[in-house]
Amino acid sequence: MAKKSFRQAVNEALSQEMARDPRVIVMGEDVAGGLGAPGEDDAWGGPLGVTKGLMKQFGRERVLDTPITESGFIGAAAGAALTGLRPVADLMFVDFMGVCFDQIFNQAAKFKYMFGGKARTPLVIRTMYGGGFRAASQHSQCLYPLFTHIPGLKVAIPSSPYEAKGLLIQAIRDDDPVIFFEHKMLYDIEEEVPDEPYTLPFGEANLTREGDDVTIVAFGRMVMLANEAADRLAGEGIACTVIDPRTTSPLDIETILEEVRATGRLVVVDEAHPRCNMATDISAQIAERAFEALRAPIRMVVPPHTPVPFSPALEDIYLPSVAKIVDAVRAVMAGGRKAA
Amino acid sequence: MAQLHVLVMPKMGLSMTEGMVARWLKGVGEQVASGEEVAEIETSKITAAYESPAHGTLRRQIVAPGVMVPVGAPIGVIAESGAGEAEADEAAIDAFIAAREADFADVQTKAAPPPAPRTVATEIGPLQVLEAGPEAAPPLVLIHGFGGDLGNWMFLQPLLAERFRTLAIDLPGHGGSTKTLAGANIPALARAVAAFLRAEGIGCAHLVGHSLGGAVALALAAEALSLSLIAPAGLGPEINMDYISGFIAARRARQLQPVLGLLFADPSLVGREMVEGVLRYKRIDGVEAALQAIAAANFAAGRQSGAFRATLEAIRVPTLIVWGEDDRIIPVAHADALPASVRVVRFPATGHMAHMERAADLARLIMETAR
Repeated sequence: MAKKSFRQAVNEALSQEMARDPRVIVMGEDVAGGLGAPGEDDAWGGPLGVTKGLMKQFGRERVLDTPITESGFIGAAAGAALTGLRPVADLMFVDFMGVCFDQIFNQAAKFKYMFGGKARTPLVIRTMYGGGFRAASQHSQCLYPLFTHIPGLKVAIPSSPYEAKGLLIQAIRDDDPVIFFEHKMLYDIEEEVPDEPYTLPFGEANLTREGDDVTIVAFGRMVMLANEAADRLAGEGIACTVIDPRTTSPLDIETILEEVRATGRLVVVDEAHPRCNMATDISAQIAERAFEALRAPIRMVVPPHTPVPFSPALEDIYLPSVAKIVDAVRAVMAGGRKAA
Repeated sequence: MAQLHVLVMPKMGLSMTEGMVARWLKGVGEQVASGEEVAEIETSKITAAYESPAHGTLRRQIVAPGVMVPVGAPIGVIAESGAGEAEADEAAIDAFIAAREADFADVQTKAAPPPAPRTVATEIGPLQVLEAGPEAAPPLVLIHGFGGDLGNWMFLQPLLAERFRTLAIDLPGHGGSTKTLAGANIPALARAVAAFLRAEGIGCAHLVGHSLGGAVALALAAEALSLSLIAPAGLGPEINMDYISGFIAARRARQLQPVLGLLFADPSLVGREMVEGVLRYKRIDGVEAALQAIAAANFAAGRQSGAFRATLEAIRVPTLIVWGEDDRIIPVAHADALPASVRVVRFPATGHMAHMERAADLARLIMETAR
């Protein structure tokens, strides 16, 4: 089995689904590049080259370069989904999503409910998120909590190349609108990815480490950091379970509950702004449903409530890190009470 | 001063490139005898005991459980001290580890990559094969069972590759082979193997088959130089349908782990990586449908046809049947009352996977059969 980068895994998922199903189209700013201009076609393949090659394989009719009007092409994608295509719209940076909230929150998310369950909206919006790219406050946010908040949307956050391919194929085959989050710091990460198409179910968490002492829940790129922290802590004799929920909507809270009941200790790692994020949501649900199982207060490893700094030094301090996760795990180990 | 011995991540199987210590069985400072189990190593297929190559005191556990390291990487140090010898101090051990790690880094830069499976175009679609052994040696084909793949032979294949040109194939619907089945019953799977042999220009071969693959080998008896069958299907009606349907239905590690545990006399051999590998296979487009079709065609209403007893009567080539006495998938009783021409060997304290649980003993028996 070949090692593939996260970028290749996403590209392969798109290419295989486009080959399998003629209703699948890709649209967005510069998803190919070169439209209406002299010079090289498909020079871009999206800002980080993820969709490169698709235009040559499937033609301009199925790989649509759009104007720089997110509200326009996201609305068009929602309408195309409603009328029988399966569009995968590329919205570059999730930070830009604000200009098309109506199309997403009030239209795409609601069609099924407003039309008495008769409408299907098989729309995928791929978008880049996350810090560490030295891209400053308008290109570094996570924002998946905003979409998780809206009933009618599904939200997937792959943590590795293998996860990216399986979750994206599932997203394309899903009949509901899916917001698909790709961390820009993961694109060059490589691992073994099957050549054949496969799907990963939504709403089923993945345990990337198993241990009896502490449960760590992490999302997207944070899963990689949590795994590294768990490996480091294993050397100190602290055994961690790491849960990657894969999707925040639907959220596999049952697996998190089960693991917290087993370990009695919870650390949630979330790169999103700290107020009303996934860490607060999960902490609240666990506090409500499994308080009696907790042997120590829940710890959240989250950034401070400020815009993402542009200064590299400040950005490094701002983001959750392996060291911060290790500290949080040590704190819940030290601060707990003995098992009854 | 005490003599120091390094423990390294062992290579278990042709394709293994990395592994992890699942559990240390000896603590730092504990006495270890040569040949005594010192750690459990987790590979992509199975958790296996690591026997100490030396007698002495375990002085260091270099890697923590759960951390993946390459094959050959130092994982521990044992100090062997004769009577009256001084114990090695910590600094000496640090220096010893640093030297072994430097050696390993040097070896690693020069190491050849492990043999990789290749895909063969056949008339029924692409089939994947892992080949090992001298090209001029007699061909020996390894056929895995239901839901398995060529990796199931990871322990046995290197042993047989010393004498044979071994070819471990993935059946249709399995591993890296086509997931589209031309047919799901045993004769159809046998035609796929025959198509592979034709594509490779191989006339007759020694056939080694496990479980469903054992029945496939029996169906190919006319092309066989010899037959070595491990807990083969087709010799009686019983089969554990909890395994078959549990294997098909399981979507999560927690559901699959106990199902895979049925395969082994010691269910703790099933590690996290093995479970994850099977889940990844099952998620591939077409696999679930293929497994359902194979189960429906061969184990309808929870019974096997048992039709191959008659085939055994007619076979003229050397035939070996090996069965684990603790097999929980197909009962060992199916090895009873077979024709006298068949050599039957029952392994005590062994489950359905003798090729993984008793690879060395099995390799010897196969070499005696495939002459």
